[in-house]
Amino acid sequence: MALPGFLFFLIMKYLPMWGILLAFQDYNPFKGFWESEWVGFENFKTFFTYGDFWPLLRNTLTISILNLIFFFPAPIVLALMLNEVRAEAFKRITQTIIYLPHFLSWVIVVSFTFLFFSFDIGFLNKALNFMGFAEISILSEPRYFYGLLVGQNVWKEVGWGTIIFLAAIAGVDQQLYEAATVDGAGRLRKIWHVTLPAIRSTIVILMILKLGDMLDVGFEQILLMLNPMVQNVGEVFDTYVYQQGILSGNFSYSIAVGLFKSVAGLILVVGGNYLAKKAGEDGLY
Amino acid sequence: MTKGKLQFGDVVNYIVLTLISLTMLFPFFYVFSVSLTDPDTYVQGEFLLIPKDFSLDAYKFVLGTGQLWNSLQSTVFITVVGTVLNLFFTMTFAYVLTKNGMPGWKFFTYMVLLILFFNAGLVPSYLLIKELGLMNSLWALILPGLTNPWALFVVRSFYKSIPGSLEEAAYIDGANDLQIFQKVILPLSKPIMAAFSLFFAVGLWNTYLSGIFYIQDPQKWPLQVFLSQMIIESNTSMGSSINFDEFNRVPPPSETIKMASLVLVMLPILVVYPFLQKHFAKGVLLGSVKG
Repeated sequence: MALPGFLFFLIMKYLPMWGILLAFQDYNPFKGFWESEWVGFENFKTFFTYGDFWPLLRNTLTISILNLIFFFPAPIVLALMLNEVRAEAFKRITQTIIYLPHFLSWVIVVSFTFLFFSFDIGFLNKALNFMGFAEISILSEPRYFYGLLVGQNVWKEVGWGTIIFLAAIAGVDQQLYEAATVDGAGRLRKIWHVTLPAIRSTIVILMILKLGDMLDVGFEQILLMLNPMVQNVGEVFDTYVYQQGILSGNFSYSIAVGLFKSVAGLILVVGGNYLAKKAGEDGLY
Repeated sequence: MTKGKLQFGDVVNYIVLTLISLTMLFPFFYVFSVSLTDPDTYVQGEFLLIPKDFSLDAYKFVLGTGQLWNSLQSTVFITVVGTVLNLFFTMTFAYVLTKNGMPGWKFFTYMVLLILFFNAGLVPSYLLIKELGLMNSLWALILPGLTNPWALFVVRSFYKSIPGSLEEAAYIDGANDLQIFQKVILPLSKPIMAAFSLFFAVGLWNTYLSGIFYIQDPQKWPLQVFLSQMIIESNTSMGSSINFDEFNRVPPPSETIKMASLVLVMLPILVVYPFLQKHFAKGVLLGSVKG
């Protein structure tokens, strides 16, 4: 019974690890693996000195940090709001609606974005035009790019993100609320002094997960959103690897970049977990 | 919590939540509206919220394109075949991962765990597909995702919740491991199988990235690639590679066509959504339990 799964991991997941070695070669598909020249860390050197390492790092970290500040707390706030709703029917309907975007593909979400914000046919510009204002080009304007990304994330995932926090809130001991009521706490104080501390470990765990994923900033989403006008602010590690490796055929160089990203990501996950344990939380493993 | 009269805070809360729900629904409403507007009376760039003259012409046009049907065929193929295979690989291998005492258990578990933290990466996986001769084959969209560590660990923790005495009883009755799996474990695992078939199916229906990596032939593009070409690429400098010359009539305004395509591609998701929602909320919580 182990055979299908074993073969799958062996062929699809472990066999390609062989390809990592190409990062230390000047791989030429025509010469093949055995004939290609070994160059040590040359590809990495190129990436850090002449390559685009710094802009990529800056873009990636900017997007991650903006997501952490604006996207991460959104489901927590929404879950707290939903938890205060006492009309069950209203709560159920709201949940049904806000979970929906999670199941749509990024292509659909980005298509929505285009149909709303594009210069010629976008809803927003048509509305501005209709009201007599000047039109603005949003999709090709670098300063709106990050806002659009974070906005898309919030729209698509905020509802779905509440599930885990609602479950954590449901586990809070009801006696704590009764005790707080006796002590004269209002609803906001109960949220602040009872609910939030009770779901703290859930928040911390998810925060660590997010920190471990700092370098993964939504490959599919960003690839779809990129256009030449926003290339400078929007290019991230994954899109760069795709561009260099698959589109331009610089296999060795792109594998080196990908390897750097994987190793750095691994360090972040392990480091985040270590920090969590130090802080007295459970950690992931 | 106090029951009883509606406080000011409640009113604000209800209003804000309603506004959030409307924000979620508005894009759907707008896209439906424009797609249902009569292309003959629709003026390019006009601002409207409610269909002016109701018509299904845009849908008729999109459904008349060979490209949509080709893409639909690809997507249905990878969704159906992929879901069945994903279930098979996940259900069997997760069962192996519950067998603590079995020789090789440790090896298999670490084999899965390592992939959770470290991957060969995009380009090596791309080269593998190339070496296997799967370029331009729909199998390239199915095989790399047959199962994944997250699904395996969730299903494993579900299996662990099944009382061990059931397996023991079957064992004493002379059943072997395979029979126990088929006759005892699988019938009890229907809820998790339902949740995961929906989960896999949605993931496969939404396949985009591997489509652009591996499929060059526009005839074989999955639906998501077709849609992105139609709406997103046609807006950027790259230009759309969809050829409308095959039609011998003037296409209706591109906007209504775009919206109609968008609706058609997301329609199946909207139809199965009520089932999804019920199963998924449970699934996501199962996944959060440390196994």
